[in-house]
Amino acid sequence: MERDEVNRVGAGFSRREFLKGSGAAVVAGAAATSAVEGPLEAQQPATKIISAEPHTIKLNVNGKDQNLTVEPRVLLIDALRNDLNLTGCKDVCDRSTCGACTVLIDGKPVYACTRFAIEVVGQKVVTAESLHSLEKTDDVVTAFCKYDAIQCGFCTPGFVMAVRGFCNQNPGATEDACRRALGGNICRCGIYDGVLKAAYDTAQIAQ
Amino acid sequence: MVERKIGWEPQGSHTLVGGEIQRVDGKVKASGQAKYTNDINTPGTLFAKLLTSPHAHAKLVLLNIEKAKGVKGVKSVLAIAKVGDEIQYEGWPIVAIAAERPEFAEDGLRAVEFKFEPLPHFVDGSDFKGAVEADVTVGGKPLKLTKSVGKSGQGDVEVALKEAKHVHRGTYGIHMITHMSMEPHGSHAAWDGENLNVALSTENVSGTSGQYVQPVGVDAMNVNIRCDFLGSGFGSKSTVDEWDVACAKLAKATGKPVRLMLSRTTEMQIGGNRPSAFAEVTVACDAEGNVTAWDSRHWGSNGLQGSIVDHDVTPYVFLPKTRQSVSTGIATNCSPERPWRAPHHPQACAYTQTALDDLAAKAGIDSLQFFQKNLNLTSLPHIYGPELEIAAKLIDWKGKWHPRGKGSGNGPVKRGVGVALHTWDGAANQSNVTLKVHSDGSVEVVTGSQDVGTGTRTCIAQVAADTFGVSMSTIKVSLGSNQFPKAGPSEGSSTIGGVTGPVRRTAQQALWKILDLVAAKYTVERTTLTARDGKVWLGEKEVCTWKQAATLVGPMGLELYGGPVTEDEGLTNHQVGGVQMAEVAVDTETGVIRIVKMVAVQDAGMIVNRLLARSQVYSGLIMGIAYSLSEERIMDNKTGRFINANLNDYKLPRIGDIGDLVVEFYEPESEYKRGVIGLSEPPVISTGAAISNAVANAVGVRVPVLPLTPKRVLDALKGAKG
Ligand code: FES
Ligand code: FES
Repeated sequence: MERDEVNRVGAGFSRREFLKGSGAAVVAGAAATSAVEGPLEAQQPATKIISAEPHTIKLNVNGKDQNLTVEPRVLLIDALRNDLNLTGCKDVCDRSTCGACTVLIDGKPVYACTRFAIEVVGQKVVTAESLHSLEKTDDVVTAFCKYDAIQCGFCTPGFVMAVRGFCNQNPGATEDACRRALGGNICRCGIYDGVLKAAYDTAQIAQ
Repeated sequence: MVERKIGWEPQGSHTLVGGEIQRVDGKVKASGQAKYTNDINTPGTLFAKLLTSPHAHAKLVLLNIEKAKGVKGVKSVLAIAKVGDEIQYEGWPIVAIAAERPEFAEDGLRAVEFKFEPLPHFVDGSDFKGAVEADVTVGGKPLKLTKSVGKSGQGDVEVALKEAKHVHRGTYGIHMITHMSMEPHGSHAAWDGENLNVALSTENVSGTSGQYVQPVGVDAMNVNIRCDFLGSGFGSKSTVDEWDVACAKLAKATGKPVRLMLSRTTEMQIGGNRPSAFAEVTVACDAEGNVTAWDSRHWGSNGLQGSIVDHDVTPYVFLPKTRQSVSTGIATNCSPERPWRAPHHPQACAYTQTALDDLAAKAGIDSLQFFQKNLNLTSLPHIYGPELEIAAKLIDWKGKWHPRGKGSGNGPVKRGVGVALHTWDGAANQSNVTLKVHSDGSVEVVTGSQDVGTGTRTCIAQVAADTFGVSMSTIKVSLGSNQFPKAGPSEGSSTIGGVTGPVRRTAQQALWKILDLVAAKYTVERTTLTARDGKVWLGEKEVCTWKQAATLVGPMGLELYGGPVTEDEGLTNHQVGGVQMAEVAVDTETGVIRIVKMVAVQDAGMIVNRLLARSQVYSGLIMGIAYSLSEERIMDNKTGRFINANLNDYKLPRIGDIGDLVVEFYEPESEYKRGVIGLSEPPVISTGAAISNAVANAVGVRVPVLPLTPKRVLDALKGAKG
């Protein structure tokens, strides 16, 4: 099965390791994203230990700063869904394997279940909800409707964000490149044909 | 004069019906704004989690929930099982905990003290001999795991086999899979005095409230069920389950709303399975390739109930005059079967049409010609015949088919093509609607149906808009509440026929009433009026706008109730036929199969929405590719566990794994005239047999058991070498 290794790996550490012990180790914000780009040896970021107690943090989501109080173990996906009621990012696999929770962090598609909420302080998080309002509908959403890349729709916002992020980074991408890039998401209903067409269209518009 | 008759317009005369109309709820779904049960988070909502059994069969000998009650953030702890209970499958719910945050609920679960005394189990539905010998007891009494669940037949099979020119014997199989709905089963429950308000992830909005009555102690009239959006179910979501009852009880105990959705692993373990099926088949034909006899014995498991694929779909579609089949169910310590898209048909198709394809190879006949020759053994030769020809062109059968294993090229990658065909009833369900035309011309349609992904809202709006000759935005569709007119469950591809039938009839009746009012006001002959483009016409002459016409209904509007559709109205029908062809490339060194192309030619009577209908067929093909190549509920008989109950190890195809999918509808006037017939189940049925046949054509040997994993491919190749 093709997977998107480039765009959607985690921050180079496992969630389980983090949960060991009483405190959680946190990677400095910038290191978290550079880890996905750097060579393996460079993925040994400095860590700091913070207490397991709830922390009040400020998250920038969809262009707005939001304060919330969460324990360090709370994942970004859960903070978005449970604290901010942004449920477009879906909790499906609990394994960082399905892509249903994809959001953009500083413009790049990331599985929201691979980040702690406190990790993304200082970064810009964008969720699917921001791509459609009465005033404006993003090209990706329009293309998904055009090609009916929607059935039950549960996996769909994750795909939409994966496409948005990919097309931002790869305007004019070929169909093959789209296919390779979108291997990080699973749909059970079978919308892949529509997704591919929608992604290709969006990539051309993004040029 | 325009004839006033309930029914669809002649083919080609509808404006919206039959067209490629985008989903009315597409934008809210794609942008994640649609709220599924899984997303409902009303103020104060508590999050509940389940502790489940890790054992396939065990006695619960200790359960202490006291410590869990004291865990920070935990609001209520409910023991679902009690000490002494005999647990009969992995994932069996034991305790439910509601807490302020999901993390706290998990902390609570970790504080529950429990102990199981494991008992002997059996979970391998493919192992007939093992099932006969297994030593499993229930309640201390020995349990016979195998039981005969039916046989059928006619004619003297022995004689027919003796007289046949070619006889083929083979063993085939298809393993158990799980539904794996993206949104897990579950609910959000909140009490408001005597009222229980539930958001339920269900395919059966109208039919579930009564299931709360006894276990929760509530009057049915006080149970409000809602499901605005459903993250799929594929047949597995038509009941209120014990975890939903637990959710309602936790809500009562805490006085707060509670949401309990199954975890992914639990969802896969107990959210439903599709039974396995294994068959020993003997099949025979005469010198010309006419199939003359079928003899089979099939077994498998659907979990605890110990039933199996219906013998009345065996053999599948092709019914030789002389035939017999016996089936034996195997009870396993596995959560029970739930209907899986086209229940039992994919399995029966897989073992029937692979065996027929092997017989064709033995007789030295091109598979397609063999299937064509035997269409007289099917009930829909007039549909399959033309469909096979269309499909053959689309996949270039003539150019691509070759005798088994004799494709061109000396490299390790071999190509092949295969064919299979299927049928499905797809009759409309029993759904009611109310339709209201307001005096400003806007129209509301309300029904207690649901949208499982098919596009129920869109199809309803399309039919209403088409009938009144107005735009889609003039129509508002409300569904997903048991307070709305009763509608049948979304089972067996029954919804689109079930809802569009009454909507069409009721809209026609409403239109005629309005046209009568127009005729009276403008003093024109009433039966010559028509409505289109937002206007009312007398022939080619505009009489008034739709809005002007609608004012005539008065400030109270015009409200009509539409009862369930019947087939004699000509709006719906049943029984469709479809064919599929597959082209595959098989790497004989690694055993990896790549789908090159799939062609599906499908009859569905009259197509309501071509864009959405095509999506249904894509969906069938892709779920078909999944169970053909990689998807398997792997049950480990040693531990009794479903060892790949997670999305990493339960392999589903991704976007790069599906090849080129070609969908064609077979909709000549004869089929169009039948009206709407369900489309969701059929295209998932013959994919398995078509792919398996293509693989056999490519590599020259049958890989007998689905899914066709690399190991099974290599084993079959090794076996063939001896
Ligand atoms: S829920 Fe995050 S990848 Fe599946
Ligand atoms: S649309 Fe249902 S899971 Fe993708």
